[in-house]
Amino acid sequence: MPRFVRTSSSHAARRAGSIALQIALVAIIGGVAFAAIHNAAQNLANAHITSGFGFWNDTAGFDISQTLINYSASTSTFGRAFWVGLCNTLLVAAIGIVLATVLGFAIGIARLSSNWLVAHLAGGYVEMIRNVPLLLQLLFWYNSVLTTLPLVRGSVALPGGGLLNIRGLFLPRPQFAAGFGYVLAALVVGIAASIVLRVSARRRQDRTGEPMHVFWLTFGPIVLVPSVVFVLSGAPLSFSFPQMGRFNVMGGVEILPEFAALLLALSLYTAAFIAEAVRAGVLAVPHGQTEAAQALGLRSNTTLRLVVVPQAMRVIVPPLTSQYLNLIKNSSLAVAVGYPDLVQVFAGSVLNLTGQAVEVVAITMAVYLFISLVTSLLMNLYGYAIAVEER
Amino acid sequence: MSRIVKRVATSFAITMALAFGTQAAWAQSATLKAVKDRGALNCGANGQLAGFGLPDPQGNWTGFDVDFCRALAAAIFNDPTKIKFVPLIAANRFTALQSGEIDVLSRNTTWTMERDTTLGVDFAAVNFYDGQGFMVRKSLKVNSALELNDAAVCVQQGTTTELNLADYFRQNHMSLKTVTFATADEAIKAYDTSRCDSYTTDSSGLYGERLKLADPNANIVLPEIISKEPLSPAVRQGDDTWEDIVRWTHYAMVDAEELGVNQHNVDDMLKSDAPDIRRLLGIEGQFGQSLGLTNDWAYRIIKAVGNYGESFERNVGQGSPLKIARGLNALWTKGGLQYGLPIR
Repeated sequence: MPRFVRTSSSHAARRAGSIALQIALVAIIGGVAFAAIHNAAQNLANAHITSGFGFWNDTAGFDISQTLINYSASTSTFGRAFWVGLCNTLLVAAIGIVLATVLGFAIGIARLSSNWLVAHLAGGYVEMIRNVPLLLQLLFWYNSVLTTLPLVRGSVALPGGGLLNIRGLFLPRPQFAAGFGYVLAALVVGIAASIVLRVSARRRQDRTGEPMHVFWLTFGPIVLVPSVVFVLSGAPLSFSFPQMGRFNVMGGVEILPEFAALLLALSLYTAAFIAEAVRAGVLAVPHGQTEAAQALGLRSNTTLRLVVVPQAMRVIVPPLTSQYLNLIKNSSLAVAVGYPDLVQVFAGSVLNLTGQAVEVVAITMAVYLFISLVTSLLMNLYGYAIAVEER
Repeated sequence: MSRIVKRVATSFAITMALAFGTQAAWAQSATLKAVKDRGALNCGANGQLAGFGLPDPQGNWTGFDVDFCRALAAAIFNDPTKIKFVPLIAANRFTALQSGEIDVLSRNTTWTMERDTTLGVDFAAVNFYDGQGFMVRKSLKVNSALELNDAAVCVQQGTTTELNLADYFRQNHMSLKTVTFATADEAIKAYDTSRCDSYTTDSSGLYGERLKLADPNANIVLPEIISKEPLSPAVRQGDDTWEDIVRWTHYAMVDAEELGVNQHNVDDMLKSDAPDIRRLLGIEGQFGQSLGLTNDWAYRIIKAVGNYGESFERNVGQGSPLKIARGLNALWTKGGLQYGLPIR
């Protein structure tokens, strides 16, 4: 009998041994974590530093410059300030992700263009933006935004009733009257209708080859149905326009220059990395696919849209997920320009006013971890959905 | 024979116990021991505030709070340069003190009940009575803080300034837009580019920050003082002797000014007959030893940085670009609040 034959009994023994080892490892890690937390709590108590989460319900007392939910310096709590900061972070992250994706895809594909100028401009953009630290870019955009905008006295009046000056962009604030609920319901109905219409049009296209008019099928119901309901319910929408006050503009929806600078810096920076991920994905699709598509007579942008990009997405989605997570975490640089995001409000003002660094930083880290896990979960689900099934 | 040995041994033991016992009665400070072993005092300072804590172009630290640390170092080492300055922003100043990175926080910090009771720090003595004020551009034609309704105000984060600002505007039924920054430098730069209409901080800081603006004379400090800001050096809780050392450094400087002892005449004052001066300079009494320092601790302080008035005038008073009046910081005999505690 050869010497290396494994009998079933030794296999079971090895398996038991490996399970025991894993249990021991988990116990050690758990023990270290518990000891660390216990040690920290003990040290805080010895130094007479208050610990615990009682501060959550104490009055905040400080003002925040951008609040998407109701907040008042005199009555709101530190917990409320946390939610305000979180909303601001999610806002800049969500809009930043959308802008970065659109721009990144455009630049990534532009870099593969056969037009020499377009390809090299895109390449130059990527190389320049990728190699300068984000903080410097953020400060650059903030200072250039601040120095080019006019002072309050000389606000630029925009068509539609907006005002633009160094304090921000002020847009007319929509006031919703009672009937607006119907318009929202009609919007939902319109979206549902457009999905149904698209599915049936695609089935017809598969059967008969008749092309589907994507534009009308998508935007028709979504725009037409709510518009009709809007007109029928008496136009329940009015605007309050921003007015010049003694020092500042009053009324209207305010978009802070800090927000604009942060959004610009984050989007441009992440777009450069997304462009490279897109280029990698497109290059990963075998050239035979493009040749076959062209042999069928498809034009180059149809080839790209229907043949190359769907296959490239499998390769693009994992690094794209990483870039989204980077964008979410990089939004914490808002501290450098005074945009009231989660880190600036919670791990900045609240931490200093309560002095409880350990709890506040732990909560902030947990929140970022949660947001990142949810994002990567959604992206992974999307990745599984578009994965090509091997036949 | 054994009885004599026993007697000698007992009296020897008692003598030793008395000797060490009396040493133990003056408890050694763990922080002082650490500072002496290290050979330098770790002093938390501002780094960005003219008049209080700012390195000059050659890298030498100057300022009212810096002078306080120099006084401490002189008392401990007889050398006011044996200091390592750690520049701190409002956000991390208490964490640095709590964690042991610095031995004393001398960074224009307001003594409040919340900080005293919940952060594990103690405040030694108010060395600067201040209050919060506002700075605006002259071109806005504003003469009072009550006219600042709907103004945008730049402020540094994590300070009592943030809270007082919201309180003041709420009390006077005015509305407010705040723009908060992590450092004072960023806040003052934003104010200078007109991002906000007004800048607010402690009134002494306003005069210092005004010097950083592109055109200092185009800005005025409004007359309203909206809060009490008693500035005090801070130490960790739990080391009472170290706290005493820091506290009595301040009072030695105030007592020196009350008694007329200054940097120039302190050597002559060593020959004085006045009991107060003799106790201050350590010619009589063991007050230095009770702190774990030498008996000429106050002499070292005055020789190194001068008395309270000299330090004040040199850094923030008439001998400096800030030109702040003594005001509340004058001696109690001149109508101010600085009152030296007796060294006896």
